[in-house]
Amino acid sequence: MKAAVLVFPGSNRERDIAYALELTSGVKPALVWHADTELPAGTDLVVLPGGFSYGDYLRCGAIAARAAIMDAVRRHAERGGLVLGVCNGFQILCEAGLLPGVLMRNSQLKFIARNVHLRVESSNSPFTRRYNAGAVIEVPVAHGEGNYVADEETLKRLEGDGRVLFRYCDATGTVTPAANINGALNAIAGIVSDNGRVLGMMPHPENHVDPAVGMTDGRALFESIAEALQTA
Amino acid sequence: MKARVTVTLKNGVLDPQGKAIEGALKSLGVDGIGSVRQGKVFDLELSGDDKAAAEAAIKAACDKLLANTVVENYRIELL
Repeated sequence: MKAAVLVFPGSNRERDIAYALELTSGVKPALVWHADTELPAGTDLVVLPGGFSYGDYLRCGAIAARAAIMDAVRRHAERGGLVLGVCNGFQILCEAGLLPGVLMRNSQLKFIARNVHLRVESSNSPFTRRYNAGAVIEVPVAHGEGNYVADEETLKRLEGDGRVLFRYCDATGTVTPAANINGALNAIAGIVSDNGRVLGMMPHPENHVDPAVGMTDGRALFESIAEALQTA
Repeated sequence: MKARVTVTLKNGVLDPQGKAIEGALKSLGVDGIGSVRQGKVFDLELSGDDKAAAEAAIKAACDKLLANTVVENYRIELL
């Protein structure tokens, strides 16, 4: 696996992502600066980490989505390369048009930093093949703008094509209004592109990969990617 | 030449900030305000004098960056 983790001014989760990638694949990823115009040769996974790129000015992810490196990311995605955006990375992918919809202010207007439960909706994806469909995992969120919004037609297409990979739920796997922490439409926590190769998600699987932290529910996501790239 | 761009949320898009402001106005005892929607205003200074070119440049600015047309509308006024 040859992974590239993008670094924008204000990114702050790039080391967590790099740690999770190295732990699960054994290979250290490259950290790539936003002003670069090319990804390292042979890159097969691009990760956009969490943080507060450009201080969330204008709209979360709006300015990072227009960074020089994003043209290279777009070409990578068009070639069918894997792209993972977590938290601010998800916001950037939406602003860049690589994923549909937009992440709005949490409906309760509060920044939420705590563990949440997610239901893995499908295991038929390079990002979730090591999970069982319907599995409930516990991972942290830390965001103020995670309220997923898309027009009705887009939403219908996402649901109809099985492109919602993660949904907020309670500990039993039931999607309830109370478990939908930020008010996202259909309790959406993570979606993939129409070719299934670009995943954006608000929660942070990279923070639950090491037993030292107490939980490892996010680990299978990185193992899935490593396995998918190995067998590709 | 100067211009003002106003960016507003499309109808039907939930605006929790506007709702919070609406609630705060009610609790301040300001009567007669039915609802509040929050938006953004950008004041631009343009370098040239050509009106049509200015409008085209501002439109490009709005479509490329100032507004997210998935959930926002924009209005351009040349001042």
